[in-house]
Order: sequence, then structure tokens, then C-alpha cells
Amino acid sequence: MTAYIVRRLFYAIPILIGVNLLTFVLFFFVNTPDDMARAHLGIKRVSDEQIARWKQERDYHLPYFYNKKEGISFYERFAETIFWKKSVKFLLFQFGRSDDGRNIGDEISTRVGPSLAITVPSFVIGILVNITAAMILAFFRATYLDFWGVVLAVIMMSISVLFYVIGGQWMLGKVLRLVPVSGFDTGLYAVKFVALPVVIGVVGGIGTGVRLYRTFFLEEIGKDYIRTARAKGLPESLVLFKHALKNALIPILTGVVVTIPFLIMGSLILESFFAIPGMGSFTLEAIQRQDFAIVQAMVFLGSAVYVVGLLLTDISYTLVDPRIRFS
Amino acid sequence: MKALLRIAWLPVLLLVLSGCIPNNPYRSEELGQNYLYSTFVEPPKHLDPAVSYSAGESVFTMQIYEPPLQYHYLERPYKLMPLTATRVPRPVYYGKDGQVLEGDPPAAEVVRAVYQVRIKPEILYQPHPCFARGKGGSYVYGGLQESQMEGIGDIEDFPHKDTRELVAADYVYQIKRLAHPKLHSPIFSTMAKYIVGLEEFGKKLSDELETIRAARQKAGGLLYNQESDERENPIWIDLDRFDLAGVRVIDRHTYEIVLQQKYPQFAYWLAMPFFAPMPREADRFFAQPPLVQRNLHLDNRPLGTGPYRLSTFLPHKEIVLVRNENFHPEYYPDTGEPQDRELGLLDDGGRRLPFVDKAIYKLEKESIPRWNKFLQGYYETSGIGTEVFDQVVQMDGEGELELSDTMRARNVRLMKAVRSSVFYFAFNMLDDEVGGYTEDKQKLRQALSIALNIEEWIQIFLNGRGLPAQDLLPPGIFGYQSGREGVNQQVYHWDEIAGKAKRKSIQVARQLLAEAGYPEGKDANGNPLVLYFDTYWTGAAAKARLDWLRKQFSRLDIDLQIRQTDYNRFRDKVQQGNFQILFWGWNADYPDPENFLFLLYGPNGKARHGGENVSNYENPEFDRLFVQVESMQNSDERLELLGRTMDIARRDAPWIWGYYPISFGLYHDWYANAKPMTMGNNALKYKKLDPQRREAQRRNWNEPIWWPVGLIIALFIAGSLPAVVAFWKREREVEAP
Repeated sequence: MTAYIVRRLFYAIPILIGVNLLTFVLFFFVNTPDDMARAHLGIKRVSDEQIARWKQERDYHLPYFYNKKEGISFYERFAETIFWKKSVKFLLFQFGRSDDGRNIGDEISTRVGPSLAITVPSFVIGILVNITAAMILAFFRATYLDFWGVVLAVIMMSISVLFYVIGGQWMLGKVLRLVPVSGFDTGLYAVKFVALPVVIGVVGGIGTGVRLYRTFFLEEIGKDYIRTARAKGLPESLVLFKHALKNALIPILTGVVVTIPFLIMGSLILESFFAIPGMGSFTLEAIQRQDFAIVQAMVFLGSAVYVVGLLLTDISYTLVDPRIRFS
Repeated sequence: MKALLRIAWLPVLLLVLSGCIPNNPYRSEELGQNYLYSTFVEPPKHLDPAVSYSAGESVFTMQIYEPPLQYHYLERPYKLMPLTATRVPRPVYYGKDGQVLEGDPPAAEVVRAVYQVRIKPEILYQPHPCFARGKGGSYVYGGLQESQMEGIGDIEDFPHKDTRELVAADYVYQIKRLAHPKLHSPIFSTMAKYIVGLEEFGKKLSDELETIRAARQKAGGLLYNQESDERENPIWIDLDRFDLAGVRVIDRHTYEIVLQQKYPQFAYWLAMPFFAPMPREADRFFAQPPLVQRNLHLDNRPLGTGPYRLSTFLPHKEIVLVRNENFHPEYYPDTGEPQDRELGLLDDGGRRLPFVDKAIYKLEKESIPRWNKFLQGYYETSGIGTEVFDQVVQMDGEGELELSDTMRARNVRLMKAVRSSVFYFAFNMLDDEVGGYTEDKQKLRQALSIALNIEEWIQIFLNGRGLPAQDLLPPGIFGYQSGREGVNQQVYHWDEIAGKAKRKSIQVARQLLAEAGYPEGKDANGNPLVLYFDTYWTGAAAKARLDWLRKQFSRLDIDLQIRQTDYNRFRDKVQQGNFQILFWGWNADYPDPENFLFLLYGPNGKARHGGENVSNYENPEFDRLFVQVESMQNSDERLELLGRTMDIARRDAPWIWGYYPISFGLYHDWYANAKPMTMGNNALKYKKLDPQRREAQRRNWNEPIWWPVGLIIALFIAGSLPAVVAFWKREREVEAP
């Protein structure tokens, strides 16, 4: 197993380099270093000389990939470039500084907490609610409850998450006055601020989750071993909750485990509307400010956690399905 | 279950902690405190007075830093007042033979203008570790080591703090900082034109910096990384080692600034944070490696002598200002506009400032939650978003906008103020089609100016919150004329019956277009006239605006093509003069017509000279008059010359004169002394709260409603019962045989 994990981690290196390269190309396709300087310095009364100096101090005056300057060594032809200066350190997980001097690693560690305060409860409660509801629908399959349950799920998945956000703030925060409309605080005080985003996170995911998991359960219920269990006279609850559930968990795990590492990346919409100082709002602010260092760090982190997520999924397969082995 | 019971007290505790109002976003210890709550939409980028230049940043900087002058809080038009200065300095002008020129001499005769500023004694800085001294008189944190940073995460954590008196040398030091090559002050190039020796001073500093960097580069060798090296070993240039010819300390409380030409507007700059004092100790303190590595610097940890000091800086969450315990005596004004007494704005005349103990600014990016929290009483003030405008404001019998009954029932007050800003559609005067100065081109632009109905734009897209512009100068700026005298005769005519300006008819525009060589929107070859509008607007609101623009141009049978692009490309096009028509705006730095007229001054052309003249307008007669009026003091002669300058611009029509925005501010009844201040922005010290009244209102407005929660739970249980019964039945069916 260790050899498998090490091998998979080595496979991740070219993926991360590729992501780094792609982020770099896409970012500088949209934003030139001059644009970045103007975004940082402002547009009122800023001279070209100041823009040039800002770029020089942050190495944005260099060529993108290859330095053709005369009299420099072969190494410097690559090392004296924006790509080298800004991207290579990421492979060592050194996020460095944002364009305005903030330590990105410190910022991430500050912002992960608020993000997790929303994403972890939303994730855990969401999974429990979705699996429970899907199993109930599967239990009452081909009845009115199943039909209207699916209709409700389709309606819920068709509604934009923004509607849930604004509707939730209006109903629970403004009309019923049960929770703050937005904001965040630390420690125990955080509970009342995360309650509404968590409810919205759960409700917003019910439609998709229930419909998908119901399909998994129905697929399992139609298999031979379930028929055998029923033929042996087992009650339906035992068939469903003991036998079908275990096997239906395998496809559910595929979707669920891969998302676990993403919990640290936060939520762009929820964090923005609820003024939660998490990773999602950090990314959004960086894009708006054209801060390449942060954008690249967040994309790199996203791709790294994706690789970790896939690895965890593979490992979890072997835990729930004894037929699967590492090779 | 037991575990659940164990944590069941949590919600109860939270309710108690938040003062039993579950939607209260603040902690229980803040209940009833004299704290002001407000918001910011974007985290401030710069709080260093040499760099900060945006209105959003001035909300913070202007409460902390104290330039020598300020604007009178209540009187309008805006009037300069002493802040730390003993009086508003009057420039002394010198001729080429060194003689003093009396009165208001012509700019051409002036070779030097000297401003001597005397500041009040015994003004103290806020407590700060940079001033802390040990027994021997040396600075406690003068040679800060990493070992001294144990348990210190922010400036507030330093155990030793001290203060010192504000002296003239601090102002001189700050003016020197404007030229610092590492700070990138946005006004350096502007000030270098005026302050004697500032350009050369900047050059000296740049050379010094380059020398240090070159030496380090050489020592570092192949792997040298300037960015990381300067973080580990910051470069600090002692500005006092270099002389700035045009700025000097006269005595402990007096300093002098020498300008190389007459520039009456310079006094307004002395009311901006760029000219606030900066103690050399602070500059030295923040250049130490442990602080640089922690990203603690003047750009995010300002220090000053103002009524407030920064206590918390979490730009991703909140920014807190607390009362500066060392603030010098300053008193609420006892004069204002005639209506101010009736509005209660003079009730606190002569009382010592500031009134509020703490100001807490929360990051609220979205307008809907911000608005809801204002309605719940958790913010003292609010603007009015387009989405809620109709709920808040209604039209009275005379067509004036006033508060709706719902808002009145809450005792909310509405205050309006025309901002010192102008928004407009600019023609690119370098463009072959819409640019140029021949009569036909003038007529083409005049026709378009008539066709584009700004009054309709204001009604549709701004809910009436704008005043159609007759030229560049908004109300409150010297040179603005209301009524018949102020009408732009090229676009409007005076309606005697209605007693107001009326836009000329579309037939007049069509006639002008025909005379411009485009009868019915076609050129001499019968090809339709196609014009291009460059924009970065996106989204549904943008589509509505762009459709409206197309419709306006189509009234002249002109095909308006929209060239949408991202903001960066749009800015590039503006920079290079690669556009035909675009929408632009300007917020004034100071209340003088020069700060608007320079937007059309030829040598300020954006494409050729990198200035603020976006339309690249260049008319020698306009430029000549501008040079004349820019250096004059307000007088009848200046007014007359301004009128002539405006007439030239109106005839040439380099802009479709847009509008002056009107800000609508809403204020709760516990928030006193609120008057819109569009200049200066150091208004926090005048604001007063009634925390008891606020607390009572919050409780009235935020009584929680729990029964729907019970109802939902009951419905859920009731709805689940048939399913549970069905489940049992099925189970029994299986067990029965």
C-alpha cells in the first residue's frame, strides 16, 4: 500500500507542473504585468515610471519563459524569467508572498478555519440527510412518496444556490430573526453565524444528492444477492440497511471522498454573501485584485487537494470492497 | 442521546451571550456601548499617507492622520480650516528679482510661492512602540531582534509604548517620503512639477536605492533574489540625510514649502493625507526585519495624531478604530449652513471631539445583507441600492424624491448631496470619425450630445439620483451657474414657462447631423454611419444600458456598435487612445474648478502625455484660458474667464456632458450630527450616537419568531407518520408467514 501511495504521489508531480504552467499561461493571457501594477497602484496620477519600478521590484519586468538577454548563463536564461521566479517554488509548497507582501501560507492558515466551519458541518450533515432520504425513497420505491420525492429533488436541484442564500437570509435572518443575516466571529460565537450557511449548504445539495444516491440504492436492490436475501425471508429494512447500504456506499464513496480535501477550499458564493473570511473569499479577492501569487497558490492548492482526494478515494475502495486490491 | 443532552445548553448560552436577540451579529459585551458600526465593501489596499488615494481608504486614513488643514464640517461651499495648523497659510509670491508681489499677481510674474505653515504646539501622537525609550534614552525597539518578538503578533502587542509631540520636522519628513522610489506615491509626479527640488530629490533617492541594490546583487551572485533579500534585510534610506531644496524646517513648530510657480490650489493638497505628518521614528521602526517579515508596515498599520487610532486590522473581516487617548483638544463647529440649526446639526457646537469611543467596520461585499442589517439596526447608516430603491423612496406631489412611509415609521432620515464628481461619455478627439476640431465634427458631436437623453438615463439607471451636467463643474464648485446662466446652449434651451433647461429636440440633432455631412445618418456615399462604443460593462444591467444607448443613437439612424472587453484591455485602449466613445468619470481631489478643467487641458492628454484628459482634447484657446484661470484666486474676473472656457468646451463638445451624481444617505434616529461630506472625509469625529435608543430600537425590530420552526417540525413529524406506519406494515408482512 505504501509503495502504491508513493507511486501515485510521484504521478502527481507532472500533473502539478502542468497545472502550474496552465495557470501561468491563462493568467498572463488575461492580465499583463502592467495591468497588475495599475491594479495595485491605482489609475489616478500614476506615472509609467512608477509602474516600471513596481514591476522591477516584483520581478514582473522579466520575460515570461526565456530570457534572451546577452551575456547571461544558460541557467539564467530560464531562471531569470517570471515563470521560474513565481512558479518553481510551488513544487516545494512554498507559497511565498502576495503582490502586496502578505505571507500566503499565513493567510491560508488564518482562512482555513472559517471555511471548514461551514464546509465540514454542511458536508457531514448533507451526507447523512441525503443518504437517509435516498434510502427512504428507495424503500418506498414506485409509490407516491417516491414519485413526489423525486419531483421535489428535481425542483430543488434546479434552483440556483443564490436563491437559497438570499431566500434563507430573508426568511431566517430578516423575517423570523433567528440568526444573523451575515458575519463571522470566532470560538463559540461562530455557531450562530455558521448555522444559516450550513442549513443552506445542506438544503442546496439535497436535490442532487438524494436523486443520485436513490439511483445507487435502486441499482443495488435489483441485484441477485438482494433477491436471495429476500428469498431467505429477511425483513425489508434489514435487506436495505444492512446489505444494500454497504454495497451502494462504494459508488457514493467515489463522489464523496474525492470532495473531502476540497472542504478546505471553502465556498465562493456562501463566503461572499455571508461575509465569512474563508478561502473562497480569499481566492475571489485575489482574482479581483489581479494578485497572481495568490491566484496561482490557490489553483495549485486546489489541484494538490484534488490529487489527494483521488488517492483517498482509491484507498477507501479497498476498505469497503475486499475485492479491490492495490497493484 | 446523552451527548446531545449535554450540548443542548449551547444554544441557550449563545442567546444569553448575544443579549437574547438571536440575530444580533455583535457580542454581548458590546451591548449599549458607544460604538459605531459601519461597513466596507473592499479591503483597503493602502493606509500609508504617501500612497493612499482612494475614497474607500480615506474612511480610515482621514480619522488617523492629521494634515495641517481640513474642510469645515458644516459650511458649504467647502471652506478650508486649520487642523493642526494655527491658521490657513497664505502664500507669499516672489518675482524674478526676488521682490515680494502683493495681492493676486499674474502667474507669469511669479517665480516662487512660499507657504509657511505653523502648527499648534503640544499635539501628541497616539501611543506607539516606535516612540518607546529606555532608561538611557535609546529606543526600546530600535534594534528589534527576532527574540523580542515572542508573543507579539501585532503592534498592539508590544508591551512598551510612548508618544511624543508633533513637530514641523514630521511634516517635512512626510513630504520627502512622497519622492521615495519604493513607495510609489501617486502624486509624486504632480508635486514634482510644483515643489522646488522634489524631482531632483526623488532622483537622489532612486540613485541611492540603485547603488545599494547593485552592491547587494553583486555580493549575492547568481542566485541573488532581490525580493526575498529585501524582506530579510530591508533597505531603509534615512531621508534626513538628503536635503530637499523646497521644503525646510523653520523652527520646532514651523515649516516652509516653496513652489516654483503660482499654484493657489496647493492649499487644498494640505488638507489631504499626503501631507500628514510622519515621524522618522515610525519610518525607521517599520523598516526592521522582524516587522517586515510579518508584513507589518505603515501601509497597514498607520499611526498619527488624529482622533482615532487603528486597533484591529483584519481586512478580510473587520477594521476597528478606537479613540486616540492623546488626541488634542478640538471642538464641534458652531457655524454652518442656514438649515443646519433646524436639523440639529449645531446642537453640539463647542463640545469637545470626538464623541464616539470606537468605530467598527465590517466587511460586507454584498448589498442585500448590508441593507437587511441596516433595517435591523445593526448599522447606523446606509446608501440605497437599486434593488430596494422603490421600498425606500417615493415621489411627492412636486416630483421630489422623499422617504417612503415605512422608512418614516422607523424614524429613518434621508440626506441628499450632489457629489463633487462628474460622469460623462467621452469622444476620442484623435479619432478620424468623431474627433477633430472642424465645424462638421463639432456638429456631429453636438448632434450626438442632444440625441443622448441624459435625463432619461438618470431616471432609468440611477433612479433619479443625478443632476444633468451642463459642463464640467458640479454645484458647490466655483464657476458653477444654476438657472438660465448655467445652461449649455448647444444642447439645451431655457424653457421660460417651466423655468428650467429643456433638451433640444431630436429634429435639431438631425439637422446638425445633416450639416455635419451625415443626412439621415448616411455619409456622402450613402453608407450608414457606424460608431463604436468601448466598454468593460458586463451582466444584465450592462445589457440594459447598452440597449438604451443603441436606441438613443438609432434616433439619428446611427448604428452604434458595442465593443465589450475586459477591464484591462479597456484600460489599455484608453491609455493608447484606441477608441471612439466611452463612459468615464472623475471624483474631485479638491473643490476648485481647476481640478475639473484640467480634464480637458491639452498637455494632460491621456494617449500622448499619460494625463487625465481621456478624450485627448486639445484646443489652444481653451488651454490658454485654462492656464490663466488655474492660477487665479476666485473673483469676478475668474468667473468670467471660466464662462469663456466653458463655452469653448461646450462648442467643441469633446464629451457628451453626463451628470453629477447625487448621493442619498439614510441615517437612523440615534445617529446625530450626520451631514454628507464629499471632501476631506474626516467626519467620524463629529458623529454622535445614542446607544440606549439604538438598543431599544434593535430589541423592537428584532423580536425572534419561533413558531414557524415548531410548525415545520410538527409538519415533518405529521408527514412522516404515514411513512412510518407503512414501514411497520411492510415489516410485519414479511414476518407474518
